[in-house]
Amino acid sequence: MKKTIITVLGPDKVGIIAGVCTYLSNNQINILDISQTIVQGYLNMMMITDTSKSSKDMSTLTRELEGLGEEIGVVIRCQHEDIFTKMHRI
Amino acid sequence: MINIFEVNETNKMIEQENLDVRTITLGISLLDCVDSDLEKLQNRIYEKITKKAKNLVSVGRAIEMEYGIPIVNKRISVTPIALVGGNACKSPEDFLTLAKTLDDAAKTVGVNFIGGYSALVSKGMTPAEERLIRSIPQALAETDRVCASVNVGSTKTGINMDAVKLMGEIILETARKTKDRDSCGCTKLVVFCNAPDDNPFMAGAFHGVTEADSIINVGVSGPGVVKNALKSARGADFETLCETIKRTAFKVTRVGQLVAQEASRKMEVPFGIVDLSLAPTPAVGDSVADILKEIGVEHPGAPGTTAALALLNDQVKKGGVMASSSVGGLSGAFIPVSEDQGMIDAVEAGALTLEKLEAMTCVCSVGLDMIAIPGDTSASTISGIIADEAAIGMVNQKTTAVRLIPVIGKGVGDCVEFGGLLGHGPVMPVNSFSCEAFVQRGGRIPAPIHSFKN
Repeated sequence: MKKTIITVLGPDKVGIIAGVCTYLSNNQINILDISQTIVQGYLNMMMITDTSKSSKDMSTLTRELEGLGEEIGVVIRCQHEDIFTKMHRI
Repeated sequence: MINIFEVNETNKMIEQENLDVRTITLGISLLDCVDSDLEKLQNRIYEKITKKAKNLVSVGRAIEMEYGIPIVNKRISVTPIALVGGNACKSPEDFLTLAKTLDDAAKTVGVNFIGGYSALVSKGMTPAEERLIRSIPQALAETDRVCASVNVGSTKTGINMDAVKLMGEIILETARKTKDRDSCGCTKLVVFCNAPDDNPFMAGAFHGVTEADSIINVGVSGPGVVKNALKSARGADFETLCETIKRTAFKVTRVGQLVAQEASRKMEVPFGIVDLSLAPTPAVGDSVADILKEIGVEHPGAPGTTAALALLNDQVKKGGVMASSSVGGLSGAFIPVSEDQGMIDAVEAGALTLEKLEAMTCVCSVGLDMIAIPGDTSASTISGIIADEAAIGMVNQKTTAVRLIPVIGKGVGDCVEFGGLLGHGPVMPVNSFSCEAFVQRGGRIPAPIHSFKN
């Protein structure tokens, strides 16, 4: 399974998670785990997702999610989980 | 499973602290291109480079997208051209055509530098090597992306003082040939002692003859990350300080290892080494000098600087070694002047001199790097500086290098602008007493006693 970490950062408001989840659902991306914190009205969310069933490749997903972030007014990043596991796990 | 704090830490390093992979360098052997016919040789070199490196830039971009980590440079290093062109090039002008071939190939595949316009003359110089060296000034003036290097000494062989003398003249000639551009040709010319075969960093990269046909070497960086981590160790003792550097170096290097493996897999080229260097850029927050300041010196150059740099260099290696399956190249802290805003500030404040920089090179990973000196400096003085630096490398069994820029038409106090990653900086004063008689002796300084290990 190819796990992809999606992070969302920006001022909190109604519909951010809904917007992101709708996109993921439309692209056959399964959400495995979500965690989030809101500090002083600022949303910081991380999703661990499975992108192996998606027909789009990683760079397309990254670009489209970036675009979606701009529409909603937050920063969305999409990265392969290896960069985090390599850095933080021996 | 990975948690939100770890994800945030990594992304903060990338977004706010300039964590990046400084270079993916594809080493290509040109030994199988050798021919006695110059035109055939040119065609073979061009074809091999453009074929092997065809995907280098696109693979680099794909990895950037996949992991969200910037890869600043994609570069190529080749077998020292003095060896490849020895048979075909009967004059410096013949070598010049090979420099142009390399430049064309680099432009075709879209890399910003190609290294390996080099000669390894640590013990003696063949006529071909001398021809290549004599062609360097014109080659660097007439090409945009070619980088040249010359290895003039090693712990095993001693120092080739004939080559040292010649390189003083060559550096000055290169400066003259590019005087309308602040003598910027010299920013692409390095003189080494103990040059490594697998260095991915320019301008000194070449693909050593001990290497495979092609290989991926990766240079990581991240001085900003180390500097920020050290904020948490303010006032703490040296053990805590060293532990903090080591941990950070480990994390930074792991990213380099990941990128190296991915690049190797995608290009179907074997992975060579990760170079663990802290390489600064002129960007604010991407400075090795700032780390030294965070360790506790007011400016680099203040008493304590050499010790601070020594511990930094050592901890970077200790942290990085465990993070990668194979470490090589230069691996340590770079202290170029014009490429590091903190170093530029230190020179302007009067804290940092050429002599102190020389002392610092005894414990850093390279040498006197990117230092602008007055344009009226004599060739013998430049040779003297090269000899001093090579002696440090030879005796301490480490790589040292000299990349000086005698800026024609400018003197102490003037400023030079090289642009981009090469940066800008003030012209530094050089000791004006002569070493002419020393340099004129010629011959070779024998290898030190501790080189006899057999």
